[in-house]
Amino acid sequence: MMEHLPALMIAVPLFGAFTTPLLKKRYSLASMWAIIITAATLGLSLLLVQEVLSKGIIVYVFGAKNPSLVLPSGYRVPVRIIFEIDAIGAFMALSATLMSFIGALYSYSHVRMESGLEKYYALLLLLEVGILGMVLTGDLFNLFVFLEIAGIAGSALVGFRNYRGEASEAGIKYLIVSAVASLMVLFSIGLLYGQYGNLNIAYLSTQIHFDTVDMIALGLLFVSFAMKCGSVPMHYWVPDAYTEVPAGINPTLLVATYASLYALFRVSFSLFGAITWNMARVGWIMSILGVLTMFIGVTMALVQKDVKRLMSYHAISQTGYMLLGVGVGLTVLNDPAKLSAFGRTAMAGGIFHIINHIIYKSLLLMTAGALFYVTGTRNLNEMGGLARRMPYTTIAFIVGAAAISGIPPFNGFASKFLIYETSYQLNPLLAVIAMVTSVLTLASFVKVFASAFLGPPLEKYNEVREVPKPMVAAMIILAVLCILFGLFPNVVLKNLIYPAVDALLKLAQYQSWGGLA
Amino acid sequence: MTTTIIKTTTRILAPLILVFGAYIILHGHLTPGGGFQGGAVFASGLALLIVACETDVVKKRFEKVPLSPLESIGALGFLGMALLGLMGYTFFRNVIANSGFIFGGRTPIGINPGFLNTGGTLAYMNIFVGMKVLAGLTSIVLIFFLLLGGKKDEW
Amino acid sequence: MNGDIIAINFPFIVVALLLALGFYTIGFKRNLIKVVIGVEILEGAVNLFLIALGYVKGGYAPIYTLAPKKAVGNMVLPTPQALTLTSIVIGVAVSALMLAFAVNIYRHYGTLDVTKIRRLRG
Repeated sequence: MMEHLPALMIAVPLFGAFTTPLLKKRYSLASMWAIIITAATLGLSLLLVQEVLSKGIIVYVFGAKNPSLVLPSGYRVPVRIIFEIDAIGAFMALSATLMSFIGALYSYSHVRMESGLEKYYALLLLLEVGILGMVLTGDLFNLFVFLEIAGIAGSALVGFRNYRGEASEAGIKYLIVSAVASLMVLFSIGLLYGQYGNLNIAYLSTQIHFDTVDMIALGLLFVSFAMKCGSVPMHYWVPDAYTEVPAGINPTLLVATYASLYALFRVSFSLFGAITWNMARVGWIMSILGVLTMFIGVTMALVQKDVKRLMSYHAISQTGYMLLGVGVGLTVLNDPAKLSAFGRTAMAGGIFHIINHIIYKSLLLMTAGALFYVTGTRNLNEMGGLARRMPYTTIAFIVGAAAISGIPPFNGFASKFLIYETSYQLNPLLAVIAMVTSVLTLASFVKVFASAFLGPPLEKYNEVREVPKPMVAAMIILAVLCILFGLFPNVVLKNLIYPAVDALLKLAQYQSWGGLA
Repeated sequence: MTTTIIKTTTRILAPLILVFGAYIILHGHLTPGGGFQGGAVFASGLALLIVACETDVVKKRFEKVPLSPLESIGALGFLGMALLGLMGYTFFRNVIANSGFIFGGRTPIGINPGFLNTGGTLAYMNIFVGMKVLAGLTSIVLIFFLLLGGKKDEW
Repeated sequence: MNGDIIAINFPFIVVALLLALGFYTIGFKRNLIKVVIGVEILEGAVNLFLIALGYVKGGYAPIYTLAPKKAVGNMVLPTPQALTLTSIVIGVAVSALMLAFAVNIYRHYGTLDVTKIRRLRG
């Protein structure tokens, strides 16, 4: 059964997504079912991570006689749908399944009063399928299909509260951005197919000789994935989407955004990793985009009054750190001395920041959802004195805010420190801006804490109680993860992050299956 | 919308369109087209029926039609056919082809007009996809029709 | 000879025109329905591109049980066609969802003018 893990990773949540609509009118049953399915997928992904870390790259060929038969007799190029899972893919799959589970748990109470919940859970599971497909596939066209699945399910969830016009506005914005981005991805896939007659990433990367058409394809892929991960010139959809989506979906939607980031890395490091053209230029573009993204994000966040919108702008800002970290690594990719000196560490910082950010930003957005759940408003000026009424939410918020501001011993510190140290060696200015951003982040979260939780208790919130237990449980799990990842960063780095970084860096390993190389 | 011309045309055309859709679904593994195309044709026939009737009639007729369960069953059937491949082979493996089961006949070598009893899981998948697509597209058309033409909310 | 080059490149010229038209429609039209149509035009351009790419002159479709001699070694892998079909299917879902959002926006805002649909800002 172990060799079928990649297929089961897709099949189990798909099964869940199609069975949930049958549970119409029995909402608590539908949510229980979704929790069970996401938990099962989480277990599968833990197994998958263990398999990949112990045995190396897993290749799974759909529809073949046996899972590893890449080239049937007489074929010289891979033709079937092929899943190829290396350490970074497994790492992203683990984050996606973990966050879907947390999201489903949180949603159990958070959206209980809404109607159409069986569709909500079906879409949540479909979103999970989309992300898992994107990170597990070894085939460009599958990447496009799953990108679209994630985009459609995500935007339908953004517009889930259809009694609010704003939700539909945010939903159509997200949908248009993702539709245009994925069509451009498809266009560049067409360009590459026309050149080399294949769609397999590993096979293409052995063939690419980088002429003008390939350069256009690289540019289009880079721009579209940067658009979908909320990097700066196209960041305007992020705050709208994150604000309007129900808080239980926020974790999964965050991972969906970072799945595009993963695709960006995959394109830069694997697909175009073997070309002689200096990738340093792309690396510099990525780093500068990252710095711009973090600074513009945080300055926009400072002026917000809507608590979820403020946190969404911080999400943009934190994406900048990841771009910066991996961009620094990409800049020195062709320079072995610098790569081993700080490039590898920089990439580890960037990738470690992905999971750290997913954890603490989900935690923060969930506390914002909890505030909305009890007060019915997201305006900071109308809240106050909630600390005493909601102790668990307050603790969760403090942990999240400390983590995002990079205060030791929380997890944000670990990854941010790696990024400061390494980007300083490339150019001191990059590190300085990153630190200033961090200080501004702290400032804006102090503001949120003061206006929502501190101050005199307000009359109208006298009846407010702590949020229901499933929501508290989801927040506490994430808060504990925040602290654990902060206290033992070395364990995580050694077991998850560095294998992922090496998977990106060691292209030959990625190419060397099935006697292709 | 519902003039005599539309009603008469629908009466003649709709059965033909529905039969043609079913034909395309069933012959998906032999002729151009397949589950999605046939389902879309079938749904367009149903769409013709929807626009040719008054809102109340449409509402009454489609009240009992289990469109959403049909969609789920179609998708689950597709997934189930794909999972059949896990019996010894891989996901999506065509295990029924040449097995002698229904749709499992062996294709004779040489020029032939195409035999329906071949194709293995492909034929089943076409049927399931067709089911899903016709239910999905019909419910989309139905929702837009009731939303824009009717008074009540049916989201 | 010159005419041949134009004939071969004609689909790609159309693709370029459609791409430009689609981006123009998305970027400059104020009506939301027209923006949706712009996305559809883009999709049509990409689909046409894939189909034009998949055409091989003198190629045979790989559907033989007993292939004639001249078809051996001349068969075309139908991947671009498969890609196009998938992309069309996805396009249907995207356009249905976009139109549903447009309907809902019209019910709440009373307008489809994209410059007026701006409650989310800042």
